[in-house]
Amino acid sequence: MGLVILIVIWLITVISTYFFIAKTWWLPTGASTAAAGIDHHFTTTYILMGAVFVAAQLALGFFAWKFRDRGPSSSKAASYSHGNNTLEILWTVLTLVLFVGMNLMSRSIWASERFDPAQPGALQVEVTGMQFAWYFRYAGPDGKFGAIKPELIDASAGGESALGLDPSDPASKDDVVAGTMYVPVGRQVELILRAQDVIHSFFIPSMRFKQDAVPGLAIHMHFTPIATGDYEIACAELCGLGHYKMHGMLKVVSPADFETWLAAREAEKQ
Amino acid sequence: MVRSASAITLDAPTLTLGDDGVLPPARDGGDYGPDDRSPDFATRLRRARLGMCVAIAGIVMIFVSFTSAYLVRQGLPTLDPRTDALVRDWIPVRLPNLLLINTCVLLVSSLTMALARRQVAREVALVRFASLPGTSAGHEPRISWLTVTVFLGLSFLTMQWLAWRELAASGFYVGTSPSSSFVYLLTGMHGMHLLGGVLALLAAGAAPLLHRPLNSQLIILDVTGWYWHFMAILWIYIFCLLEFAR
Amino acid sequence: MATREFAAHELHAAPQGFVRKWVFSLDHKVIGLQYYFLALTAVFVGMFLSLLMRIHLIWPNATLPLFGDIKPETYLSLLTMHGTIMVFFVLTTAPQGGFGNYFLPIQIGAADMAFPVLNMLSFWITFLAYIVMLSAFFVVGGAPLHGWTGYPPLSALPSAGPGEGLGADLWVISIALFCVGALMSALNFITTTLDMRAKGMTLMRMPLTCWAWFITAILGLLAFGVLFSAGILLLLDRNAGTSFFVPLVTVNGQLAGHKGGSPLLWQHLFWFFGHPEVYIAILPAMGLCSQLLSVFSRKPIFGYKAMVYAMLSIGLLGFMVWGHHMFMSGMSPYTGFAFSVMTMAIGVPSAIKTFNWLGTMWGARIRFSSPMLFAIGFVSLFVSGGISGPFLAQPVLDIPLHDTYFVTGHFHLIMGVASIFGIFGATYYWFPKMFGRMMSESLARWHFWFTFIGTYAIFMPMHYLGMAGHPRRYSQLTELNYLHGLVPLQKFITYAAFVTIAGQFIFLFNLFWSMKAGKKASDNPWEATTLEWTTTTPPPHDNFGGHTPVVCNGPYEYSVPGAPRDYVMQTDPAIVSVAH
Repeated sequence: MGLVILIVIWLITVISTYFFIAKTWWLPTGASTAAAGIDHHFTTTYILMGAVFVAAQLALGFFAWKFRDRGPSSSKAASYSHGNNTLEILWTVLTLVLFVGMNLMSRSIWASERFDPAQPGALQVEVTGMQFAWYFRYAGPDGKFGAIKPELIDASAGGESALGLDPSDPASKDDVVAGTMYVPVGRQVELILRAQDVIHSFFIPSMRFKQDAVPGLAIHMHFTPIATGDYEIACAELCGLGHYKMHGMLKVVSPADFETWLAAREAEKQ
Repeated sequence: MVRSASAITLDAPTLTLGDDGVLPPARDGGDYGPDDRSPDFATRLRRARLGMCVAIAGIVMIFVSFTSAYLVRQGLPTLDPRTDALVRDWIPVRLPNLLLINTCVLLVSSLTMALARRQVAREVALVRFASLPGTSAGHEPRISWLTVTVFLGLSFLTMQWLAWRELAASGFYVGTSPSSSFVYLLTGMHGMHLLGGVLALLAAGAAPLLHRPLNSQLIILDVTGWYWHFMAILWIYIFCLLEFAR
Repeated sequence: MATREFAAHELHAAPQGFVRKWVFSLDHKVIGLQYYFLALTAVFVGMFLSLLMRIHLIWPNATLPLFGDIKPETYLSLLTMHGTIMVFFVLTTAPQGGFGNYFLPIQIGAADMAFPVLNMLSFWITFLAYIVMLSAFFVVGGAPLHGWTGYPPLSALPSAGPGEGLGADLWVISIALFCVGALMSALNFITTTLDMRAKGMTLMRMPLTCWAWFITAILGLLAFGVLFSAGILLLLDRNAGTSFFVPLVTVNGQLAGHKGGSPLLWQHLFWFFGHPEVYIAILPAMGLCSQLLSVFSRKPIFGYKAMVYAMLSIGLLGFMVWGHHMFMSGMSPYTGFAFSVMTMAIGVPSAIKTFNWLGTMWGARIRFSSPMLFAIGFVSLFVSGGISGPFLAQPVLDIPLHDTYFVTGHFHLIMGVASIFGIFGATYYWFPKMFGRMMSESLARWHFWFTFIGTYAIFMPMHYLGMAGHPRRYSQLTELNYLHGLVPLQKFITYAAFVTIAGQFIFLFNLFWSMKAGKKASDNPWEATTLEWTTTTPPPHDNFGGHTPVVCNGPYEYSVPGAPRDYVMQTDPAIVSVAH
């Protein structure tokens, strides 16, 4: 039985580790400035923790086999030991250094993503989550987001009505509301995340971006895309029966294409 | 009061002390000895007191979380989507004066609770002597402090109810504003717990009627006393929170 | 006349009559079995719900016999109830209320719990909570769909989804009742451990199972009150027009009538309870694993004191890490980082315990009885589930991984499966003592292999899904384009689930068949040293048949040099152990 346990545990360990190393299913290619740092720290973590995982599982399987009771013929008793204080201290300190050290290593990335506000020239996009769609609002030529009146919200009409834009506010006249998010490559995007009804979460895997959109809050966060392309947006906080189909699309285009798109949208508002 | 008399008069309530009707000898506590499976009075009292301390710790956590919710909610700004500004919607509530009166009632009841406990403790101690020939337990008129405490507890609860009515009359219902929500919530939760204490006192008072032993009644009274004092302290805390942390 | 309430059991008068003996029993052994069988029905309900979930995920349009179609909202209700029932009525019930109630008094040498009437009440309140929870399935609107975590505004607004009406109210009420029962039980455990240990049973001679139950009870005492408060606030938001958790929101174009509340307030309160709760779920299994490894290795546990301190630190630190569930929530990133450092720190005592378990097996003479298989399985699962923790504990890595299947794989391995292995191990180990018969070893082995390999096959792939960005709580995989490539892996998981669930019926059969027809058990079939093995099988009404044990030794005196046998009972005065 000890041998069987060893074989099964070792097999499980080898197979699961294989898929981690082969990256058969892995994080999508990073497309933002944050991705390199996050992915690098991810790799560090998974190498360190992977080593611990493999060592612990292999040891467990090995001990189960090596220290099996070999029957009455074997006279060697189990070793009567209550422990070893030196070892305890040693592995406590090592583990503490490993775990806390690993975490502290990630501090600067977290700081740059979350502590620092967006840069002054960032493109502001207001993202509103509602059951079950994402809407994106651009401030228009006046650079100001217009007021919203909750009483005017009408999701079936889409766009401005879904957000409940107040037409009496001059600042809202030129606001562009879209169901697809367009941004230019290489420029920092400042998101203002809102939710209309319940908690949603704005998740773009390729950008290594995730943030809950919470009703009652306007959460500012930023990212900088570095590769053009279409990137799916998923909702990552259970929001009701349509949670699984609350997806959107981020289109990262060249700055020229972005200006064209935005100009066309703004022209419609005139 | 014990005094010698030619006749033996026994004034203590009926006792049930085990099969042979004799109080077990006094022991100095400690838990099981090697052959004794029935814990003595001191052990049972200690165990009940320990249980009550643990219970109080659990109840404290309920009110700690309500307090944290109170403080967070009070200071919380949320976004008004109309103005895109952060607004706070906390309106301080003027507490009815009845609550101040109630505080005094509860403090007095703590006093009467302590008296009730002593009263029963004395009865238990005297029972030992009352069975000696030539002694009696005395006839002085006694107020049942237990009854007074129950009465004060019920008065408190009634007046809390009236205070709620007063609040409602001035327009503050449960859902009117967060501050009024907390007034009802905190006083209501406290009141429910106090009601539990009142029921425990009634159970203690009913002990003779149910033919329970007197020292069981004393144990219930003892721990309910601690609970009662905790309820008073908790009430003062809640009152101060609502009054001063507005 | 008999004394009641606080008194210990009358030696002579065990209760008569079916109702007094089996329904409203005051005997901790009967109450323990009542909790255990409650958890047993709950686990099969929970497992069945997960089976339906797995089927729907890969065959969303399938029409099931009896059930018909599973709509998206149904899936979410299944998910919510699966999580709630498993966490509360299985993981918080069987290890503590079940085995703890049965064996804590015996292992410390007491005749019963400190407050038997309270014990009885705590079971029946828990039972009532269970009935109320199940009733949510049968009311108009059905069971709630807001997840076991119940975040408002989704859980606070009846208009936010099907099942969020009466079903959600029943869910909250059930949880509030459960909290009351749990608090009462915690009171009993703490008082019993502190005040009713037999002579010679010092705290540092208690088996680690008793330490685990004791620390779990302290966690429960301090955490369930907070959940209770949160539940009351949610109930008021839902029914009394208050706005603790709900800001100004519009659902389906209608203003919901609340303003000013904070959804994050719920999250803080919930997770302040929720994190200690996961330790409540796992600590008893950790205590049991230590016990089983020692017994079946014929060796003292490696580092008894370190194990105790590790469990105490896990308990204490467990109250300081709740924010790691909220890194993406909108909480301040500075606070988040502080929580993450504490979370990494709590990994240390868990690692110490793992090293000590391995150390116990070093130099051992391992007997591969069925309890030992589950103990070894526990260590493996604990390592696997634990290793994914440090990924999630670092907020930067939580950005891609939060609310994906990575989290689902992590907590199922470390909390779900590991804890269930503890329950299985405890069942195989203590079955002889409780029922006087042995369970079938060969059936047990089949059960072990099905479950060990099966659960790895189910939950290890979830980590890959999560890294690929697969969000959790999705009722269908048909919409998000990048999920299409992950469907084959989901299919694999579902097939693995079929096989694993089938394997559990081996256990069920073994359990009931052995009660009637298992080989008769001796008083100490495993040759273990703790007090429950000094008494008869099953134990008499007052546990020790009229005498109180006197303890001379620690609980893990195996292979003591110079001793006549390879185990020394805790009550054996002839050989006093070294250094305890």
